[in-house]
Amino acid sequence: MLLTALSGLALANDALEQPLAAGGDAQRGRAVFVDREQGHCVICHALGSVAPAGNVGPALDQVGARLTAAQLRQRIVDITQVKPDAAMPAFYRREGLNRVAATHAGKTLLDARQVEDLVAFLAAQR
Amino acid sequence: MKRAVALALALLAATALAEAPRSGLAYQGEDIRRLQADDFANPAMLWAERGAAAWQQRRGTANKSCADCHGAAEQSMRGVAARLPAWDARLQRVSTLDQRINACTVREQGAAELPPESEPALALQTYLALQSRGMPLRVAVDGPAGPVFYIGRELYRTRIGQMNLACTHCHEQKAGKTLLAEQISQGQPTAWPAYRMDWQAPGSIERRLRACFLGVRAEMPAYRSEDLVALQLYLVWRAQGLALEAPGVRR
Ligand code: HEC
Ligand code: HEC
Repeated sequence: MLLTALSGLALANDALEQPLAAGGDAQRGRAVFVDREQGHCVICHALGSVAPAGNVGPALDQVGARLTAAQLRQRIVDITQVKPDAAMPAFYRREGLNRVAATHAGKTLLDARQVEDLVAFLAAQR
Repeated sequence: MKRAVALALALLAATALAEAPRSGLAYQGEDIRRLQADDFANPAMLWAERGAAAWQQRRGTANKSCADCHGAAEQSMRGVAARLPAWDARLQRVSTLDQRINACTVREQGAAELPPESEPALALQTYLALQSRGMPLRVAVDGPAGPVFYIGRELYRTRIGQMNLACTHCHEQKAGKTLLAEQISQGQPTAWPAYRMDWQAPGSIERRLRACFLGVRAEMPAYRSEDLVALQLYLVWRAQGLALEAPGVRR
C-alpha cells in the first residue's frame, strides 16, 4: 500500500488485465517474436531456443514464471507505464509519441492479435 | 592509490555517461579498425584527395579557389574542424563545417551551393577534417551558441518516433550492448565524415544521424536544419577531449 503510493504511476500500471483480442496463440507468438517484419523482439532479447539475438534487454527464458499474462501484456503494450525510462519501444501505443515518421503516424508497431500471440508465447516460457 | 582510483571511478559514474567518453572505433570489429588505421586502405581517403583538388579549383563568378584566399590548408585549416559547430558572426547563427564551406562557396566564390552529401561537399569536408586529425574536440557552448546547445541536449533526451526511444536509451543506457549483431557505441561524433560499409560510400555525420532517426521511425530532420546542427553541437560538446579521427570507417 505504502509502496504503491510511493512509486505512484509505476506500480499502478504494472498489469493490463483486459486482453486486446481473443485467442492469443503461442505458436504464432513465436513467429511475431522472431520475424523481422513483425515484433523482431530478438533484436534485443535472447530466449533459449530462439537464436540469434541481441542483449539490449534481459533474456526472456522463464519470463512466464516471473510475470503474469497481464504483466506481460502491459510491458509489450507500453513498458514506460511500468518503468518510465525503459529502453524498449511501446508496441501498442499511438498517442503521445513525438516526431513519428509520416508513414507510421497514428499506427501501432503491432496489432492487437500480435500482442496477444506474444503474451501467450511468453506466458508459456516457464 | 587504490582508493584514489575508486574515487575517480565513483565520480565518473556520477556523470551522465556511466563510462568515460570512448570513440566509436572501440566498438567496431578488428577489420574496420584496421581499415581506418591504414590511409592507403581507408576508402574515405579518396574523398580527402578529391577535396585537396577541389581546394585548388577556381570556381564561380569570382573565379577564385579556396587556396586563393586561405593558402595552404595544412596551416590555415589546422584545428578548424575540431572546434565546430560554433557561433558564426558572419552568418549570425551556429554553423557547421559543411555550412561554412558553403558560405564561402556562395559568398566568396559566387558559385552555387554544394548540395548536401554531394561529392564536392563531402570531399571538402573530408579534406578539412583531415587537417585536424588527432586534435581534441572542443566547442564553446556558452555565449550566443548557448540556446542551440540546449535545443540539441533536449532533443538528445527526448523519446522520438514510433519506437519511442531517445538517443540516451541506446547511446548512454545501452552502450556496449548489441542490437542483434551490431554493437551500440556511445554515439560519439569523432569519425565523421566517414566511409560506412552499409552505404558503400562516405557520408557526413548528418547522414548518420538521419539513419538513427529512420531507425526509430521518426521523421528525419532535413540536412542542415537547426535540429541537426543543434544535435551536432551537443554531440561534440559531449565528446570533448576525444580526438577527431576523420576520415573514419564504420560498419
Ligand atoms: C530496443 C530494445 C528492445 C526491443 C526491440 C524489445 N525490448 Fe523488451 N525490453 C528491453 C529492455 C531494455 C527491457 C528492460 C527494461 C527495464 O527493466 O528497464 C525489456 C523488458 C522486457 C520485458 C520484461 C522482462 C522482465 O523480466 O521484467 C518483456 C516481457 C519484454 N521486454 C518483451 C518484449 C517483446 C515481446 C518484444 C517484441 C515485441 C520486445 N520486448 C522488444 C528492450 C527491448
Ligand atoms: C535503437 C537504438 C538507437 C537509437 C535510439 C539511436 N541510435 Fe545512434 N546508433 C545506433 C546504432 C546501432 C549505431 C551504429 C553503431 C554505433 O556506431 O554505435 C548508431 C550510430 C550512431 C552514431 C555514430 C557513432 C560512430 O562512432 O560513428 C552517432 C553519432 C549516433 N548514433 C547518434 C545518435 C543520436 C544523436 C540519436 C538520437 C537522435 C541516436 N543516435 C539514436 C543506435 C541507435
